[in-house]
Amino acid sequence: MKQISGNKLLVKALKEEHVDTLFGYPGACTIDISDELYKQSDIRVILPRHEQALVHAADAYARTTGKVGVCLVTSGPGATNLVTGLATANIDSVPLVCFTGQVARNLIGNDAFQEVDIVGITRSITKYGVTVRRREDLGRIIKEAFYIAKTGRPGPVLIDLPKDVMAELGSAEYPRTVNIRGYKPNTNVHIGQLKRAIKMLGEAERPLFLAGGGVNIAGANEVFREVVEKTKVPVVTTVMGRGAIPTDHPLFIGNLGMHGAYAANMAVSECDLLFSIGTRFNDRITGKLHAFAPYAQIVHIDIDPASISRNIHVDVPIVGDAWAAVSKMNEYVHECDTKKWLDEISVWEHEHPLTMRQHRTMGPKDIIDEINRQFDKAIVVTDVGQHQMFVAQYLEVNENKKLVMSGGLGTMGYGFPGAVGAQLGNPDTPVIAISGDGGMQMNIQEFATAVLEELPLILCVFNNTYLGMVRQWQKLFYGKRYSMTDLRAGALTRRTNGEEKPAYTPDFIKLAESYGAKGIRVEKREDIAAAFEEAKKNTKVPTLIEFIIDPEEMVFPMIQPGGTLEEMIIEC
Amino acid sequence: MDNTIKKRWISLYVENQVGVLSKISGLFSGKSYNLDSLTVGTTEDPTVSRMTIATVSDDETFEQIKKQLNRLVEVIKVIDFTDIFVRMKEILYVKVRKLSREDKVELHQIAETYKARVIDRGPDSLLLEFVQTATKNDAVIKLIKEEFTDIEVVRGGSVGIESISMMER
Repeated sequence: MKQISGNKLLVKALKEEHVDTLFGYPGACTIDISDELYKQSDIRVILPRHEQALVHAADAYARTTGKVGVCLVTSGPGATNLVTGLATANIDSVPLVCFTGQVARNLIGNDAFQEVDIVGITRSITKYGVTVRRREDLGRIIKEAFYIAKTGRPGPVLIDLPKDVMAELGSAEYPRTVNIRGYKPNTNVHIGQLKRAIKMLGEAERPLFLAGGGVNIAGANEVFREVVEKTKVPVVTTVMGRGAIPTDHPLFIGNLGMHGAYAANMAVSECDLLFSIGTRFNDRITGKLHAFAPYAQIVHIDIDPASISRNIHVDVPIVGDAWAAVSKMNEYVHECDTKKWLDEISVWEHEHPLTMRQHRTMGPKDIIDEINRQFDKAIVVTDVGQHQMFVAQYLEVNENKKLVMSGGLGTMGYGFPGAVGAQLGNPDTPVIAISGDGGMQMNIQEFATAVLEELPLILCVFNNTYLGMVRQWQKLFYGKRYSMTDLRAGALTRRTNGEEKPAYTPDFIKLAESYGAKGIRVEKREDIAAAFEEAKKNTKVPTLIEFIIDPEEMVFPMIQPGGTLEEMIIEC
Repeated sequence: MDNTIKKRWISLYVENQVGVLSKISGLFSGKSYNLDSLTVGTTEDPTVSRMTIATVSDDETFEQIKKQLNRLVEVIKVIDFTDIFVRMKEILYVKVRKLSREDKVELHQIAETYKARVIDRGPDSLLLEFVQTATKNDAVIKLIKEEFTDIEVVRGGSVGIESISMMER
């Protein structure tokens, strides 16, 4: 029987898993794997400029293609740079398989050069992690990793590869089947429970659907829309669930939660049945727990049993895949009498529609409106902060327009590398990144990757010269003490007690150009449309559009941290 | 739901692999669950280890603990031992030094009452072995601490198994 090295078996395994793109950064412990990848052409190897950006790119690649994102990094710092990205993927249920180099087995534990216990470090932020200690286990472990990553509630899996194990010769066989006795994800929906929930839906006077990210992950959007239209039950979504039903659908009310729409939060507060699918009732959507949906019985469908009845008490728990559950529902549901309830909701919508103050020059909403106007098909990847909430509030999302963001972990620096990954996975779809000036600088080095990969990204930077979301909290709750949020602060502001401020740095336009990308600065509403038109013409190079935003811009409505959904700050 | 805080028991079948103990204990610390005691050993199948875990929690938290344990790939089976008939014992060693003649008599009496074995002795010291429930061991330690000053205690944590017939634990 032919014997091959672990390095060769790894590359063979990737091909058998139909991996077409690998995000990698080399090092001493993985140089032999790099060498094997050099000898083949089925797998495209992408070289981001930092491992954190690498794992975010793989993450967005996975989110926008439905495939498993694959990372290869070296031991020590290469591995530790994955940490933020693993936590981001873990909390947002993104399937990744990350291979980390490791020092040879006889060196493990010796504080060898570039040695860290990465499996130990990432134990609580991965779905599964393991060090391959024997060459004969390698094939099975890789097979299991892909299976674990993509089944059940998806998540990141880390495989640590000691260099000597990978060099060892062994079987060339890659297993075809998986059998893990401790891991049997349940996807069958309990029909009895589901029928009970549907009966309650029919009996409720003020029923409401709450759709979370699970609906999007499971690809249940289309069938969910059918169920909504059949039942005439209105829908609110979490930010991760946005697009579960097209945002221009008459039965869609808006997002709920901290920066949710007034009518959406009121509907949650007044409903008598909250039928929730694929959400974990995160504190950002519930506000104060005991005042959340106080009049409602709660149905909860989720693939992860541990998400059910953790934060709020659930009356009817249903464990299962959102697509499977909603498809089954579609067979049983019929129209509910929601006329009166919908009228109540529309009163709230008219009372406080989602809106922003109109600017003389330009506001965030003008930019997002223009994106809605100009793009029929797009993937929008955001960073984290005020701009993210503006996008979550105003971006149209439907079957052709997807929204990707770090919703659970709130990882600044996700946006740009995420857009790189999304574009690599979707070469024919316009990909728009929207970042603040803070988050943009956290992975700015990805210009090199984007330029060399000839990605026609449109990178919108909302530059308000501040870390705006924290500034917003400081303005509302900390007496305008803008500690650590002014991105022009430094020696000069300290010396002059804030009287004098230097010019903003960096000059994003010059920065983009220095990488070989295009840069456009927009300061007035009239120039927004032309900037996007211009950017669309750059089909082989990224375009950065810097939008100069009023530092005073605020995200409203807002629920105070720890407040209840009904106590919204509409504006100040 | 009855949400009183009380002691609960879990018997856990896990893969006998490097890092599994760390994963289980890390789950408890990472999620701020109380971990009262944890014992682990291999079973008749050398690839499987079995843990007996004691935790003090309310119903809701305990439900979460069981679900979170079930989620782990390395966990094969979670059995709630709280309200079923089980046999459960803990080993406890107590070494007592600087004993006078009267002290020794008293300690022998305690040993007899609690069915302990005197397994070693010196001129002024005794080493006692108790195999009984953790609650009884708590009581023994309390008693010996009250009576004697120079003591050394080590206990193993409870191990449990389901009863064949219905029986007290």
